Amino acid sequence: MAGVLDLSVAEAAARIAATELSAAEYFAAWHEAALGDELNAYLFQVDHPAAQQAIDGPLGGIPVAVKDIFTTAGSPTTAGSRILEGYQPPYTATAVRRLDAAGARVLGKTNMDEFAMGSSNENSAYGPVLNPWDRGRVPGGSSGGSAAAVAGGLAPCALGTDTGGSIRQPASLCGIVGLKPTYGAISRYGMIAFASSLDQCGPLTRDVTDAALLLAALEGRDSCDSTSVGIEGGIVAPSREDLSGLRFGVPRELARDAVDAGVREVFEATLKRIEGLGGEITEVGLPNAEHGISAYYVIAPAEASSNLARYDGVRYGMRAGGDGDLLEMYETTRSQGFGDEVKRRIMLGTYALSSGYYDAYYGQAQKVRTRIAEDFRAAFAEVDFVVTPTSPSVAFGLGEKTDDPLAMYLNDFFTVPMSLAGIPAISLPAGLAAPEGGGPQLPVGFQIAAPAFAEQKLLEASFALEQAVGFAASAPVPYLMGNGEVGAGD
Amino acid sequence: MTELEAVIGLEIHVQLATKTKMFCGCELSFGDEPNTHTCPICLAHPGVLPVPNEQAIRYALQIGAALECEIAPRSIFHRKQYFYPDSPKAYQISQYDIPICGAGRLGQVRIHRAHLEEDAAKTIHVGDSGRIHGSAASLVDFNRGGTPLVEIVTEPDLRDAAEAAEWARLLRETVRQLGVSDVNMEEGSLRVDANVSVRPAGSQELGTKTELKNMNSFRFLQRGIEAELERQRELVGAGGTVEQETLHFDPASGHLTSLRSKEEAHDYRYFPEPDLVPIVPGEEMLREAREALPELPAARIERYVSELGLADDVAATLAADPETAAYFEQVDTDAAEVEPKVVANWVTGELTAALREAGAEGGAAESKVTPAALAELVTLVARKTISHGSGKTVLAALVAEGGDAEAIVEREGLAMEGDGDELAAIVAQAIAADPAAAEQIRAGNGKAIGAIVGAVMRETKGRADGGEVNRLIREQLG
Repeated sequence: MAGVLDLSVAEAAARIAATELSAAEYFAAWHEAALGDELNAYLFQVDHPAAQQAIDGPLGGIPVAVKDIFTTAGSPTTAGSRILEGYQPPYTATAVRRLDAAGARVLGKTNMDEFAMGSSNENSAYGPVLNPWDRGRVPGGSSGGSAAAVAGGLAPCALGTDTGGSIRQPASLCGIVGLKPTYGAISRYGMIAFASSLDQCGPLTRDVTDAALLLAALEGRDSCDSTSVGIEGGIVAPSREDLSGLRFGVPRELARDAVDAGVREVFEATLKRIEGLGGEITEVGLPNAEHGISAYYVIAPAEASSNLARYDGVRYGMRAGGDGDLLEMYETTRSQGFGDEVKRRIMLGTYALSSGYYDAYYGQAQKVRTRIAEDFRAAFAEVDFVVTPTSPSVAFGLGEKTDDPLAMYLNDFFTVPMSLAGIPAISLPAGLAAPEGGGPQLPVGFQIAAPAFAEQKLLEASFALEQAVGFAASAPVPYLMGNGEVGAGD
Repeated sequence: MTELEAVIGLEIHVQLATKTKMFCGCELSFGDEPNTHTCPICLAHPGVLPVPNEQAIRYALQIGAALECEIAPRSIFHRKQYFYPDSPKAYQISQYDIPICGAGRLGQVRIHRAHLEEDAAKTIHVGDSGRIHGSAASLVDFNRGGTPLVEIVTEPDLRDAAEAAEWARLLRETVRQLGVSDVNMEEGSLRVDANVSVRPAGSQELGTKTELKNMNSFRFLQRGIEAELERQRELVGAGGTVEQETLHFDPASGHLTSLRSKEEAHDYRYFPEPDLVPIVPGEEMLREAREALPELPAARIERYVSELGLADDVAATLAADPETAAYFEQVDTDAAEVEPKVVANWVTGELTAALREAGAEGGAAESKVTPAALAELVTLVARKTISHGSGKTVLAALVAEGGDAEAIVEREGLAMEGDGDELAAIVAQAIAADPAAAEQIRAGNGKAIGAIVGAVMRETKGRADGGEVNRLIREQLG
C-alpha cells in the first residue's frame, strides 16, 4: 500500500474519481497508517473506515485529520483540554461539514495545544506531540498534531487553525505546507474559539496543490457565522510556472531581528530562487509590525478570557467541587480543568479588559493592530507579496522553552502581524538547516503573505516557487522514520 | 429646611415578540416545559457563534422610531461579562457605547438610549429562601435565555412616583401598539427598574441614586418608588447621605432590601463582540420601520383637526391617550350620522364629567360605557329622540350600570314628548302665560327667552329639546 500513501491528495482524488483506486482501500490504508501513530499526533481515531466505494465530490474518498478544536457530532472533542474530557458535541463544525460535502472523511482528531494556546504542542493536556523529523523536538503549535500527522505519514492532509501562527509555524517546523486564509474566508462555526477576531481555519498539506484543493472546499459564506464572507470567485488548482512581473517585499523591520543562521541561509537562498523565476525582490516598510507580538498578547488573551468563561462545569464537560457552593464549583472546576498556559492567558486577558485598564491595554493594542493593517495596505501598494521566514528557528527541543513563556511567544514574531491584519499567508517548506547547537538538518519554512482575499494569487506564486524548490523530492520522506510498515519511497 | 425634590429615571426591558431568539433559531416560549427550547447556541456549547435576528433589529428600529430616537447609522454589540448559571456564555451580548437607538423622547420624558440585547435564562432556587443563598439546589431553565430584549433608558426627567407609573403606562401602550412585544409585566415581557434620588428643590445637580429592581406591576412601581423616596427623604432630612446600591422592593411587606452595594457592583469588562459585525440599517430598513409605526399622538391630533374638524384642544385631549383615542374613533364610526365634533364633545366633556361625578377610576375605555352604547346615545340626542339633558341622565346610568342607551331611555321614559305639534302647543301655552316676556322678546331682548324656555321645560319635565323649543318660540313670536 505504500504506493497509495505516496500519492498527493489531488492525485488520489483523481484516481478515485476515475475508479482506478478504491476509496475504501485508500481510506483503509490511511486508517492503518494512522493507527501506527507513535507521535501522539492523534487524540481520537475513527473505529471503522467510513469511506464507501464511490463518494462524489472533488475530495471524494479522501481521509482528513481534523484538529481537535473542531466539533464533530458524536465523537470526542477536547480542544486539548482536560476541561472538555469526555465531551461529545451535539453538532459538527461547518468546516468539517464542507469537507464532508466535498467527499472527504474524518480519519481522526489531532492533538493540539490546549485551546490552541501554544507554539510547541507541549500545552496539550494529553501529552506533547513529537516532531516526525526528530522525536526529541517539538512539532510546533498549536496545530502540532495536524502538522505531525501529515509530515509523519499518518494522514494525507489535515485541518488546523491559526490565531497567531498556529498553522504556519508547525507546518514550517514539520516541513509541510500550511495556509492561513484571510479572516472570514472560512466559517468559524464549530471551531472552538480562542481569540475570535483572529482565529481562522486552514489546511495543512504536503503540497500547494492540495492546499488549494482543500481551501476550495472549505471557503464560503456560512449563515452560521456573521463574520464569514468566503472568497469571491472561489479557488482553482494553481498552475503558474514563473514569477515574472511579481514583486516580493522583504520587511526591513522584521529582517533585522534575530533569526537563526541556518534559517537565514535558507531564506536568502529562497529569495534567489524567486529572482531566478523572474520575481523581483525589494525592501518594504512595515514600521509597526515589530509591535505585533505585544498587541497580539493583549488582544488574544483578552478575547480568550471571555471565550473560555463558558467552561464553568454547569452544562457540560468536567465538573469538580460540585458539593460546595456555586463559587467553589466554578473555582475548582476551572482550577483543575485548565492548564497553566491557559490560566496565564485568562488572567492576562481579564486584567487587560478590567475597568480602568481597558484603554491602556486592549484599546491601545487595537490601535497598534489598526496600524499594522495599514502598514500592510501601504506595502501592498508597492509589492504583490510580503515574505519572511515563518519561524525564527527550526524545531526546538521538547522542554527547551516551556519555562520561558516570552521566548515561546517570540516564535510567533513573523506570523502574528498577518493574523492581526487578517490577511492570508502560507508557509512553504524551503529547505533544511541544522539547528543552533548542531544536529541533523530540519525543515525551514518560507512565509508569503498576500492582500486580503488574494488567496488564488498567493497559491499561484507558491506553486511556482514550490516547483523550483523541489522540497518534496529532495527531503527525506519523514514518515519512513516513524512507521516501519510503510515501505521506502520509490 | 428646603424641600427635597424627587428625581426619577426608568430603565425598561421589553421582550420582543419575535418568532425566534436573538442569536439562534430556537422558538420563544412562555410557560413551556423547562429546557425544551434550547440548542447548542443558546446553551453556549464550544464553537458556536451568534447570528443576529433580523426581525429583532427591525423591532428595535420601530421602537426607536416611536420614541423619536436618533438611529445610529452603525451600532455594535458588546460582551457584558459575569459568571452566573443564568448566563451560559458567562457574558451577555448587549450594546454598550454605540446603541442602535440614541436620544429620543416620549411625551415629556427624554429617552437617553434604547439598545438590543439578549435575555438571561431563568434560575429557580429550591428552598425556603427563594434566593441562591440557603437554597438546597438551583435549577436553570434556558428556555428564556437568548430572548431578544430592547432596554430603554430614560433621562431622569420624572418628578414623582405617580408620574413615573403614568409615564411607564404610556410607554407600555406605545410599545403595545407597535405590536413588537406582549408587554405583560406579570410574565416579565415588560420589566421596569427605577433609578431614584432626591435633591434640594431648585438644584440642578443630581443626588446619589439607588436602583429599584424589577417591580412587576405599575402599582408596585409606584409604591416602590414612594417607599424609596420616603426612605431617602428621611435619611437626608436627618443629615444622612444616600449610598449607591441596588434595592429589591417587596410589595407584600412594603420593605426595601439591598441586593448589592456600590462596592459589590460588577466589573462587566465590556469589550466589542468579535463574533458579530456592526448593525448598519439601510435606508430601506429605516423607511420600513417608520412606515410600520401605527399612528402616534402627534399625528393623530393633526388628523383630528384637519379631517374631523375638531378643535385643537379637544383633539389634543383625545389623542394624548391612545385608549381614549381608540374609544372616540369607535364611537365616531358607530355614530355615523353624528358630526365628529359632537361625538368628541360627548367623550371629552359629558362622559369625562359623568365618570368624575361617579368617582370612577380610569378613562372612557375602562368604563362600563361601551363605545356602542355611547354611539347610540349621541345618535338619539342628535335625532332629538331625547333631549340633551335626558342624554346626560342616560349617560349617568350607563356609567353606573353599563347596558345600552335605548333600554335606559325606555325604562326611564325619557323619549321626547310627542311630535312637533304637541311641543308647539306647549310653547304657545307658555307664551300666552307670560305676555311680559313675550313682549320683551318681540322687542329684541334675547335674554327674555329663557323664561319661556324654562316654562316649557318644566311642563315637559326636561324631555323637550332646548334648541327646538327656542326655534318654536322665535317662530311663534316672529
